[in-house]
Amino acid sequence: MASIDIKNVRKDFGPVSVLKGVDLAIASGEFAVLVGPSGCGKSTLLRLIAGLEDASSGEIHIGGRRVDDLPPRDRDIAMVFQSYALYPHMNVRDNMGYSLRLKRTPQARIAEIVGRAGAKLGLEALGERKPRELSGGQRQRVAMGRAIVRNPKAFLFDEPLSNLDARMREQMRFEIRKLHRDLGATSVYVTHDQIEAMTMADRIVAMNAGIIQQVGTPLELYDDPANVFVAGFIGSPAMNFLSGEARRGETGVALSVGGKAFCTLSQAVAVPEDGRVTIGIRPERIRIGVGAGQVVEAAADLVETTGAASVVHVDLAGQAMKIFTTERLQLTQGQRIPLAIDAKDVCLFDPAGGGRLR
Amino acid sequence: MRGSPRVRLVKWSLHYGVLLLFVVAALFPLYWLVKISLTPNDSLYTHSIDLWPATISLEHYATVIGNSDFLLFFRNSVIVSGVTAIASTLLAAASGYAFSRFVFRGRYWIVGVMLVTQMFPLVIVITPIFSIFGPLGLTNSLMGLIIIYTAFNIPFATFLMQSFFDGIPKELEEAAMIDGATRFKALLQIIAPLTLPGIAATMGFCFTGAWGEILFALLLNSAASTSTFPVGLLLYSTRATIEFGPMMAAGVLALLPVCIFFFLIQRYLVQGLTAGAVKG
Repeated sequence: MASIDIKNVRKDFGPVSVLKGVDLAIASGEFAVLVGPSGCGKSTLLRLIAGLEDASSGEIHIGGRRVDDLPPRDRDIAMVFQSYALYPHMNVRDNMGYSLRLKRTPQARIAEIVGRAGAKLGLEALGERKPRELSGGQRQRVAMGRAIVRNPKAFLFDEPLSNLDARMREQMRFEIRKLHRDLGATSVYVTHDQIEAMTMADRIVAMNAGIIQQVGTPLELYDDPANVFVAGFIGSPAMNFLSGEARRGETGVALSVGGKAFCTLSQAVAVPEDGRVTIGIRPERIRIGVGAGQVVEAAADLVETTGAASVVHVDLAGQAMKIFTTERLQLTQGQRIPLAIDAKDVCLFDPAGGGRLR
Repeated sequence: MRGSPRVRLVKWSLHYGVLLLFVVAALFPLYWLVKISLTPNDSLYTHSIDLWPATISLEHYATVIGNSDFLLFFRNSVIVSGVTAIASTLLAAASGYAFSRFVFRGRYWIVGVMLVTQMFPLVIVITPIFSIFGPLGLTNSLMGLIIIYTAFNIPFATFLMQSFFDGIPKELEEAAMIDGATRFKALLQIIAPLTLPGIAATMGFCFTGAWGEILFALLLNSAASTSTFPVGLLLYSTRATIEFGPMMAAGVLALLPVCIFFFLIQRYLVQGLTAGAVKG
């Protein structure tokens, strides 16, 4: 097991800057998830750690050793690819044992290690099969097995679940997580799926446009986002953003949307001079009905239900907003409904830069 | 297929009728070659045209094998074509891999130059090549032919190999390199086995190209000892007569190595080996 330290790493492809100076420290044994929309540089960062791309500048250390000049084979890492990248002409056993054969491990020892990894992943019966004879989930397991037998310093995962159907994805998510608990190996996991990030990560690294936006535990990012990007990317249904106005008063900062009072924050917040702010509130933190907090009135638009819960789309002074509720509601379009807003659930952002106002 | 049985029958007949037509048109010259090679001399020059001779004989084959330099030409052709096929394929595989996987300075220009070499007829470069090869001792030598054939095969063979490498996911060698292989080892142990169909196709292409080439073979090599088969076949056509019988027999024999070659590589020509490597 080893820590991974990334210091001011930049990566340019010609005139295009994909990573614009990334600093990141991943602790030994940690499960770090790099998450962001496609093109944000997360996969490039992973490939830099693996040694499949060369950084334009900066340093990468694995286990305290500087590796950015080493070829992939000398970095002692294992990688699971989105496409699995199983060797099609080798059977499952040979696929898993290939790295050991390269190290000239004795046959008997290879058989033992591969056997143990196979047992852990439920692949015992498939040893003779070729990759094309396996289902998606089985291929995924073989790819994991190939990584495990290496006993590497770190595991790298590049969107490993994207090619699986929803049910399989859920199961593999659980299995990868359990495997990590058993092996305790430092893992870097890339995904564009914020649910994967939330459910699997010890720490999430949220990236956008080649810059790390925020690093923290899933709940830190969820409850205390650093900017509009993180607030909007983490969580499903996504956080509501309303453009509103803030005015400092005697009791605190009074927020209004479209001229109507929204809520009043008691804590001190740095408000821009013109008073224009982006108000963020998570759909599940808004309660329908009159409650303890401040009440605003909105018009119901549409209700989507999944059975367990519903998403109510409402219109608040001309701005669309979503409310997540486990109550079963019968609402007609245009029906006026009261919404209870708790001031402590409201995040304020700077509409210009997108940064959080605190 | 839809429709009534009658419509289906018509469609079926059309489908196979066209196929049959094509096969007959393609194979008829071959059939005629075999037929004449088996027709005895005395019934060869009659007025009637028969689809099959009344008696068949192997006399032409005996003449070709026993009474001519045929075996020498044959040996020369096998050497020239075999070495050409192997050399062009190896070099084309190397350059095709580079074009498929690496971005390097001058890549665009190299591709351009290679394309240009494919654009003009060979006839116009024969004279300069002859005057270069003469002093180097490469005329009247098998080596000269091998060099020329390999050089002219490489551009197209390179594009061919590149397209095969392009078809193999880059992740496979990346996975191998992370597993502990050098790039060369990954190429040898992971990529090469998957490129066998491509290698076989490229080899077949280069082999048959060299096997049937006559222009350079005729003009660079005048001595019988270094002549290849197509040149040898011309010897049956003299000023006075054309010895159709032995010529056809030699032609049939010339087909054999190509047939054997394709028989050996056909298993690799079947695609689909990469299925299952990535999501499928």
